[in-house]
Amino acid sequence: MTEPADVLTARGIFKSFPGVRALGGVDISVRAGRLNALLGENGAGKSTLMNILSGVYQPDRGELFWQGRRIRFCNPREAQAAGIAIIHQELNLIPGLTVTENVFLGREPITRWGTIDLRRMIADTETLLHQLRLEINPAVPVGRLPVGSQQLVEIAKALSSHSRVLIMDEPTSALSEQEIRSLFRLIKQLKSDGVGLIYITHKLDELSEIADDVTILRDGTLVASVEWGRASTDDLVRWMVGRDLSELYPKTECATGDEVLAVERMTLANSSLPGSHYFQDVSFSVCRGEVVGLFGLMGAGRTELLQTIFGLHPRASSGKVRVNGVEVAISSPPDAIQAGIALAPEDRKAEGLVMPMDVGENTVLARGNRDGAFGWIARNAEQRLAQQMCDRLKIKTPSLSQLVSNLSGGNQQKVVLAKWLATAPRILMLDEPTRGIDINAKKEIYSLIDELVHQGIGVLMVSSELPEILALSDRILVLAGGRIAGEFVRGEASEEDILAAAFQRR
Amino acid sequence: MRERLAAFQPLLALIIMVAVLSVASETFRTSENGANVLRQISVNLCLSTGMTLVVLSGGIDLSVGSVLALSGAITAGLIRRPLEVPAAGVALEFTVWGAVVAGISAGLLMGLFNGLAVTRFALPPFVATLGTLSIARGLTYLWTGGASTTGLGTAFGWMGTGTWLRLPVPVWISVGVAMLFWLVSRRTRFGRYVYAIGGNERAAVLSGLRVQRVKAWVYVIAGGLAGLAGLLVTARADAADPNAGTGYELDSIAAVVIGGTSLSGGKGSVVGTILGCLIIGVLNNGLVMLQVSPFWQQVFKGVVILVAVAIDRAGGKQD
Repeated sequence: MTEPADVLTARGIFKSFPGVRALGGVDISVRAGRLNALLGENGAGKSTLMNILSGVYQPDRGELFWQGRRIRFCNPREAQAAGIAIIHQELNLIPGLTVTENVFLGREPITRWGTIDLRRMIADTETLLHQLRLEINPAVPVGRLPVGSQQLVEIAKALSSHSRVLIMDEPTSALSEQEIRSLFRLIKQLKSDGVGLIYITHKLDELSEIADDVTILRDGTLVASVEWGRASTDDLVRWMVGRDLSELYPKTECATGDEVLAVERMTLANSSLPGSHYFQDVSFSVCRGEVVGLFGLMGAGRTELLQTIFGLHPRASSGKVRVNGVEVAISSPPDAIQAGIALAPEDRKAEGLVMPMDVGENTVLARGNRDGAFGWIARNAEQRLAQQMCDRLKIKTPSLSQLVSNLSGGNQQKVVLAKWLATAPRILMLDEPTRGIDINAKKEIYSLIDELVHQGIGVLMVSSELPEILALSDRILVLAGGRIAGEFVRGEASEEDILAAAFQRR
Repeated sequence: MRERLAAFQPLLALIIMVAVLSVASETFRTSENGANVLRQISVNLCLSTGMTLVVLSGGIDLSVGSVLALSGAITAGLIRRPLEVPAAGVALEFTVWGAVVAGISAGLLMGLFNGLAVTRFALPPFVATLGTLSIARGLTYLWTGGASTTGLGTAFGWMGTGTWLRLPVPVWISVGVAMLFWLVSRRTRFGRYVYAIGGNERAAVLSGLRVQRVKAWVYVIAGGLAGLAGLLVTARADAADPNAGTGYELDSIAAVVIGGTSLSGGKGSVVGTILGCLIIGVLNNGLVMLQVSPFWQQVFKGVVILVAVAIDRAGGKQD
């Protein structure tokens, strides 16, 4: 048997964004009929690499080869025409259109009268679905299909343009066990048809069934590229994390004090599915000077739990919140802020910052609601406070009147934190505080968390990054199936224990 | 810095227009004509000030033209005849001031109606205020029976036709209103929150701002200012025409947009809107002075709107 040829190869890819070097000389290759699993922590450069391979970005330096010949993609359309299809984490289907219409969107066959050749479109879609052994009715609007089937339709759409390379970005994150099974069946079939695949995931355990090769990125560089099976899980994790943990996480001992936040029997109903819950009867507490890490798989309700404590779901939720031992009624974010609770949300662009406003204005935004809606702004005091916060958090900005949209991701995240520290909170809730920021900014944010707990603040932190949770938390709560499925004290838990609790394996 | 530059563009456009027209037309550069331009724009400035706040908050108010007519009609009606309350068997006599307050209150109420529709009932602002546009116009016809109300007296007429310190009274009123709300928008928490909500409503909610309350207030202000504009129109004409203000919402949106305020909210200023009103006013006046057909004025105004927004977009792309 001959060695399968490289279909797509990238060599020495460099790519920088303002303030961040995303990729520093990365190689990757995709071979016909094989699946290359691309692993790496958040911010390692995986999505940048995918976007370069699919023509969304152009590399600053480096070369792409398509079946041995040098090639350049100026836009996604060119990559698509060459035979590269990408399936993003968020589906790109139009819910109101049928499966057939989605599959042919943008390249509908035309009759000689200039109208859409519906009959051919339907026939071709049926053939395609049949080839892929998908039992999906092509005449159904995509929005009515379950998410798993929508994903399969997306793959069918990608293949309908005769793609030779298929890139998938965390395709299983929203799928049920059964849907994952049919996805894997399809992947195996594609491999036997000679399609080359790149598969990004965070779930190591699902790879053994489908992966042939594995490529690992860290901080924008290539760490390892080997055949699957040549590396143990331990190797993979070490390659991904790859540094001395104590250096990155400056966690120092801090005596914990009295309970500062207590949550009792908190429940949040899921209004889109009557009778079901995001989480039910969840109780826990956070002490002064303590970092409590909250871990859970995607969709486990972590974000919703923080939001509920913060008063964002007053109608659908029930349960009690005590701050410093006193029960507080929280039915809106102003109530929560009044009680000394702060929430730095997960998505800083969509939820954390007002992009058209400047650094100073964003910094003081959450502070002043106490004085009524028409309060006159004391500009000098405001500027002083904002400056103080910027100094304390080492926010790199030319001035307070710089628009936050011009800052790097790490500095934007620091502005979000500054906004909350300006409210002098007792409890700081952090939702994925280091998502998508570079390693140095991460380190500074970890130092800040450490500094804050020393000042007596209680921290409740949600993170998907296990190393981060393990290194920073004094206590770790695992949310699974809408309940606290495990609780671990610092030093007692390993990644395996936490994952086992998260997957509810017994 | 960029924001200051963006505010500079309409000013530059205005200066160029005034310079060119001053050279081209002798009548244009007289001080009488200057006062005339200011009086012509005062109604639009009043409406556009409120519109600016609404647009900054990420909304739009299509009802201002109809609310203007309703307020004018109510004030005029109450000046002319007592309000009969059949249930109580009394007739309420209004002073001029009482009638003015009643007219503006009608505007505030229509604004509150808009505000509640947008916040409590979560209707899109475009739809909510489109409904109010029709409701307010219908109420105006019901109140007036479809006929103009005339003969309102000199005391009330002074509001539209009087002069004070050599400038028309409506100019003082509208410029005062604009300056007041410029200060409110830039120096108060309320103003700051209007920008924050328009810039990112979700972030504003998560920062603990009382978003719904601020939004409702914005429509109340816009309604009140539309009411005030209605009084200016009515006082100037010494008549409340039930068809007054038709299409004014579009002129007002045009002034806001030409002044550099982004229709997606969060960016812009009341000062920009003052310049926007001036640009439209100078353009209309100058074209009349140059004896260009009034039909062309519409065409030019449209071109100016498109150019202003295109420049704005081109500037925004650099971010």
